Amino acid sequence: MKADPRGVLTGTHFIDGDHACCEGALAAGARFAAGYPITPSTEVVERFASRVPVVGGTFLQMEDELAASITLQGAVWGGAKAFTVTSGPGFSLMMEHIGYAAMTETPCVFVDVQRGGPSTGLPTLPAQADMMQARWGSHGDYEIIALCPNSPQECFDLTVQAFNFSEEFRVPVMLMMDEVVGHMTEKVVIPPADQIKVVPRRHTRKSVEDYLPYATDGDGVPEMAHAGEGYHFHVTGLTHDERGYPNMTPQTQDHLVRRLQSKVRDAADRICLLEEEGIEGADVVVISYGITARVAQRAIALARGRGLKVGKLRLITAWPFPEKRIRELAAKTKAFVVPELNLGQMVREVERAAGGKARTISVPHAGGSVHRPEDILKAILEAGR
Amino acid sequence: MSVLNVMNPVEPFLRTDRMPHIWCPGCGIGTTVNCFARALIESKIDLQSLALVSGIGCTGRVAGYVKLDAFHTTHGRAIPFATGLKLANPKLNVVVYSGDGDLSAIGGNHLIHAARRNIDLKVICVNNLIYAMTGGQTAPTTPGHAITSTSPYGSCEPAFNLPQLVEAAGAVYVARWTTFHVKQLARSIGEAFQKKGFSFIEVISPCPTLYQRRNRLGDGLDTMKYYKEHSKVKHGASTSEVGLTMTGEIIVGKFVDRDRPDYQSLLHAQMVESLGERYVEPSENVCSCS
Repeated sequence: MKADPRGVLTGTHFIDGDHACCEGALAAGARFAAGYPITPSTEVVERFASRVPVVGGTFLQMEDELAASITLQGAVWGGAKAFTVTSGPGFSLMMEHIGYAAMTETPCVFVDVQRGGPSTGLPTLPAQADMMQARWGSHGDYEIIALCPNSPQECFDLTVQAFNFSEEFRVPVMLMMDEVVGHMTEKVVIPPADQIKVVPRRHTRKSVEDYLPYATDGDGVPEMAHAGEGYHFHVTGLTHDERGYPNMTPQTQDHLVRRLQSKVRDAADRICLLEEEGIEGADVVVISYGITARVAQRAIALARGRGLKVGKLRLITAWPFPEKRIRELAAKTKAFVVPELNLGQMVREVERAAGGKARTISVPHAGGSVHRPEDILKAILEAGR
Repeated sequence: MSVLNVMNPVEPFLRTDRMPHIWCPGCGIGTTVNCFARALIESKIDLQSLALVSGIGCTGRVAGYVKLDAFHTTHGRAIPFATGLKLANPKLNVVVYSGDGDLSAIGGNHLIHAARRNIDLKVICVNNLIYAMTGGQTAPTTPGHAITSTSPYGSCEPAFNLPQLVEAAGAVYVARWTTFHVKQLARSIGEAFQKKGFSFIEVISPCPTLYQRRNRLGDGLDTMKYYKEHSKVKHGASTSEVGLTMTGEIIVGKFVDRDRPDYQSLLHAQMVESLGERYVEPSENVCSCS
């Protein structure tokens, strides 16, 4: 399905990542956003509030993030594509509803423009310290998808991708931006609507009599109906059977929770988007994501200037973690260097996937600025030794 | 032997395949559902465009027993979920059906803001004066001196007067009944369907298992007698004078019935004023189905 041209601002723009994210949401067909102001994410909904009335949609500023994160889900069951945007403290408040979206299989997008934490931390300065929270922040076992843009252009592209993944797998998708990417102004090219692929809702074609809200076959993703169509379905955050009825037995729990996990994990090869460069024959591979990948690029160039064989692997998808690819590389690489704007989060996943076959070197940073390329270079030199 | 094949008139509104329900003997929630179903019959509401949203708790389970598009959401968040549902599809009639703890404690912020915005929602709040699902703890509605599992020596906190709260926040329709007043309650629900805006109906309901028993207030039947003898119908009563006490009078009736533009009317007017013909109605373009 192609994008609805009414929402697509085709052309070449000079805008920041927050604004590009908003345009991506509109291009993807989002016509509903509920939000609560928080630095450094607010520009996304400010632009949405300005743009959406002439496109045909609604922005509602809620009383808090608890409300925003569930209001958008009500809108999804009413038929809309919907999202919310926040930063650390608000993201923490949204955790319960990320779990509700996972459990009820409500397709939706949560954008987190990461800032320094914990608590109020550094409201106007960058970090990448919500990466584990994005994966594990809500209680219980569940699976989500998380994408990490490293430029305003990718804030547009990956917002479209986030909506597409959320519709395809009926999962909440996290767009893990950071303050620098959100506030950086660069060229953003928005293609014509007919060149933007949009995944429609997996709406059931079954009759009211034949429809089972949580029955699946094939890829484990159920078909959806919307309120007001006569299906008279029940949705609950309780453990439920194929009818959507509460059924609190270990058997139903096992069947449901495993399916929520496997529908994403089984498609990991397709979901895991990576950018690789100079990997073949590299002794050291730098694994990074978001803004840090752009700093790492400089460090890699410096190291190559000194004659080292250094590869670059950028995680565009952070969750599900591309462990298969890391495992493959671990067998033919001396070491991984993992710089990130936190004290070591995704590096744990790299280390786990490497399984001791390659050295894993963390280059932590507590946030508030980006790394100095020299610090990453130092780690590359140590790894190459 | 001949078998009479008589169907209960409210049966078509219920998920009979989920019966028996979880509510205790003497509990009032089932009575309120019966009144709700009768209001639907009498007001001839189109069931296809009717959605029901509940939070968590004993009353939160209503969503699982009605044969409607029905959402059992998270604790306290039925109102914001219902807000999204209503705004995404304005043709829906959206009912929020939940308990006092869910709506006025954990969800209290959403209650006042939805009333302030005047979102077109019909809120039915079953008030059993405690948190029942979790075993009878103190709620913001628990009357002074009442014994609960977390106020074993009696509650000292002043209680919320819910009609006064929602009137102050902006509700256009506010009524209170007890589960003894089944006819009046059904009529009130029907009236709320005629209103455009935020309507709030409080239903005082017994929890014989956890509230009545701990406070030596008798069983379900004794509570019905108490409701009958101590309720006083005062339509138009000032909501500042309808606060509840443990053993005193229960003022019931329709307290507020007024008109002010609902959120969607206000939004439409504002956008037309500012954008003129450039404004595109949300309902024209909301569904992203293939």
